[in-house]
Amino acid sequence: MSDLVQWSGNLLYASFIMYLVATFLFGGSIRQKKDGEKQDVNRWGKLGITVTVIGFIAQLGYFFTRWAAAGHAPVSNLFEFITFFSMMLVGAFIIIYFMYRLAVLGVFALPVALIIIAYASMFPRDISPLIPALQSQWLHIHVTTVAAGEGILAISFIAGLIYLVKTLDHSKRSKQTIWLEVIMYSLVAVIGFVAVTMAFTMSGYEAKFDYVNKEGQAAQETFNLPAIVGPNEGELLTPGQFEPLVEMPAFINSKKLNTVIWSLGAGALLYGLIRLLARKRVGALVQPLVKNVNTDLMDEVSYRSVLIGFPVFTLGGLIFAMIWAQIAWTRFWGWDPKEVWALITWLFYAAFLHLRLSKGWHGEKSAWLAVIGFVIIMFNLIAVNLVIAGLHSYA
Amino acid sequence: MGKVKCECGHVNPHGTVLCESCGRALTEEAQKEKLHDMRYEGSARRSQTYNKSIVDKVWNFFSSVKVGIWLIVLTLVASSLGTIFPQKLFIPNNVSPETYYEETYGTAGKIYYTLGFYDLYNSIWFIALIAAIGVSLVICSLDRVIPLYRALKNQRVARHGTFMKKQRLFASKQGAIQPEELDKIKEGLKSKRYRIREEDGSLLAEKGRFSRWGPYVNHIGLIIFLIGAMLRSVQGMYIDELLWIREGETLEIPGTKGEYYLKNEKFTIENYDKEKDPEVFNAALERTGSIVKNYQTDAVLYKDENQDLPGAKPKLVKVKEEEIRVNEPMKFDNFALYQDSFSKDEMKAMELALTNKATKEEAGRVNIDLFNPKDTYDLGKGYKVEVLGYYPDYDGVGENGEPKTKSPVPNNPAFLFKMISPEHPDGEISFTAIRQTLEPVGETEYKMEFRGIETRNISALTVRKDLTLWILGIGGAIFMIGVVQGAYWNHRRLWIRQIDGEIYVAAHTNKNWHGLKREINPLIENTAVPIPEDQQA
Repeated sequence: MSDLVQWSGNLLYASFIMYLVATFLFGGSIRQKKDGEKQDVNRWGKLGITVTVIGFIAQLGYFFTRWAAAGHAPVSNLFEFITFFSMMLVGAFIIIYFMYRLAVLGVFALPVALIIIAYASMFPRDISPLIPALQSQWLHIHVTTVAAGEGILAISFIAGLIYLVKTLDHSKRSKQTIWLEVIMYSLVAVIGFVAVTMAFTMSGYEAKFDYVNKEGQAAQETFNLPAIVGPNEGELLTPGQFEPLVEMPAFINSKKLNTVIWSLGAGALLYGLIRLLARKRVGALVQPLVKNVNTDLMDEVSYRSVLIGFPVFTLGGLIFAMIWAQIAWTRFWGWDPKEVWALITWLFYAAFLHLRLSKGWHGEKSAWLAVIGFVIIMFNLIAVNLVIAGLHSYA
Repeated sequence: MGKVKCECGHVNPHGTVLCESCGRALTEEAQKEKLHDMRYEGSARRSQTYNKSIVDKVWNFFSSVKVGIWLIVLTLVASSLGTIFPQKLFIPNNVSPETYYEETYGTAGKIYYTLGFYDLYNSIWFIALIAAIGVSLVICSLDRVIPLYRALKNQRVARHGTFMKKQRLFASKQGAIQPEELDKIKEGLKSKRYRIREEDGSLLAEKGRFSRWGPYVNHIGLIIFLIGAMLRSVQGMYIDELLWIREGETLEIPGTKGEYYLKNEKFTIENYDKEKDPEVFNAALERTGSIVKNYQTDAVLYKDENQDLPGAKPKLVKVKEEEIRVNEPMKFDNFALYQDSFSKDEMKAMELALTNKATKEEAGRVNIDLFNPKDTYDLGKGYKVEVLGYYPDYDGVGENGEPKTKSPVPNNPAFLFKMISPEHPDGEISFTAIRQTLEPVGETEYKMEFRGIETRNISALTVRKDLTLWILGIGGAIFMIGVVQGAYWNHRRLWIRQIDGEIYVAAHTNKNWHGLKREINPLIENTAVPIPEDQQA
């Protein structure tokens, strides 16, 4: 049994390395000058997609070995779900790659997948048994379809991002370049989160607090990062550890907020460093990678991904979700925050499609919408589970 | 209103922009356009044609996609507001929302409550927003689908030269197509599953027209879904009750009008066990403590045969026996019973011993049913216990010296006993609660000693009937069909004509222009027909 778990972990690790290697291979492939429209994929690109596919197979291996070990599909906690989402993102990338043969997609999609896997592995990785509400075939059906839909929609974000990096004028400060930098910074902040968490976990930092919780009762909390913000009426129990600078009101989860502050801080540091070394915006830094991109084609890839992903998301995130909610929670719809945000995601992409079809929002506008759509998906994936507690908070 | 007759002879409805048949521009604006707006084939839409009566105005308002998008965005933003703080439904049910939000979230919570966001999804304005989306769906669809249908049905093969010139993909070239060249192109198109129509040397290849109906099909699905959701408020369509049922109890199932009864044989909570369950779970169990494996009510369903006889005692006939678990409701006759909640270890019976304080000898034991205590318990041999007072939820002594009870539920049972023994035939008075004995009227020789308590679990089952589900199912299915139809297929057309010694070629698709180019360019490459150029790029 534990052998399987060991194997599973190793396979995930292997896929991580493969995606990393493939990123550089794809990067190498776009160095050669070619017209974007009828691009023959060169040797580097072929190598890149081969390594990606092998990585994807390795990740599938992780998924199924873990499934065999646990007896249920590994989509039941945040680590498992986010990892699965990254797998679907890579899967969607592979499909779109074979439709359009665009190496540049890989240069952006794979790093995003890498960041997501790294982020996922910061959550507890134990195989946990299923609580009664999750003991259903619908767990597999609903969660995998949602992740697949979101993975495909994420490709539209990747294409939109490439579009923006290519078309925006990075030499001047504008609203657009600032927002693009915000997106870049957010990606860097996730890396910051991973770095900070790993550093303090390895050093074994622990600070225990006595505090008064939301219900007015005494409780205890262990911080694994030095507490910049501390819990409500918190009292540090571990001697010699960092005393919080600010105390939070009871309804705010200070531990999570503290982690967010650390991540944003570390992200700012990293981002500042990049800016300092490169002496230009991150958007401008990566722009040479996209100089041969056909923007029209990128716009179409972005739109196409939404067209493919939207029905899948609807099926998994709303229809299957409602069927299962009727079985497990007695009602198909109950305005649980996760449900609401799935509806918001759906409404957003519905608006996207209408704006595009009827109002002619092509090109840059459409690219921004694709970016916002991904932000909403990420919000639902992460913030709703961690910040807005509801029925879906399993991790 | 007069109809518009095109030069080609086709009679178009009033308001048509591009002739349904030949595509010639019928309005001045259309004649001036650089590229034709092909979104609805230049058909006559009611909203673009009439704007006189109030009906026209309402129609035109709701037929606008812009309005539709605004409604979607407003609903989206409103929905997100409802997730800032928990909704009324999710706050503890023993507190009043009025104070809860302010106490828990401070000023922001107070504002949230005052604005009514604590019950946002049931607010009139939110429901009105959803209703407006419903209206917009109907009108938007009707305004477009009928004219679009007419235009696509009446299109003829040979389109007017200007129509072709104003397509996004177009090219023209001096020359003539050889018949064998045309055959080759036709064959290529056929292999790509195009349907081909020809009229005096002109050619129209078309495929995937049905994908144009996708949006309308999915809107129909949505409308059906919304209607289904609305029907929930119709009497008898929807029942939502909660049944708290103790182990061993048989109760009428609420909402069934006395037709069905349920017996709770046993309620079980089972946790994962490190020893018994797979070893892979051990790490997680150590980290989080205990994890529940199962909530289960072993239930028996009965039907009352005497339901129709007024005044008659229920005559229960067993229908079936089932284990109700989370995710596994018991179903019968449009009803479903779901495992919803529970209360563990409610006190059921209490055992006490009549004991001589000095010798510690037991004269006998009484087992008191806490829901139905007897007045006297005869222990024989002259020993007897009378229950003078029973306080199921004992809450101290009141100002008048009487013991008080908070509720009729035995949370903290206490008794006032009269203990009769051969030594004290008139009885001694003792007040006995759990781990507490008082002697209110003088010291006694005997006492009632607490021996034990019998508990049982209570299961809470949701009783649900929802006759709208099948409508919602149909709506959802139609929506999915429509959305897939519209998203995964494209409507593509290619026109080839020879006009005055020139070859005209034009192509149109409702989306995915690169795909269209990639599909048709190889087919007409190396022929006399020029490759159409993208006039928008």
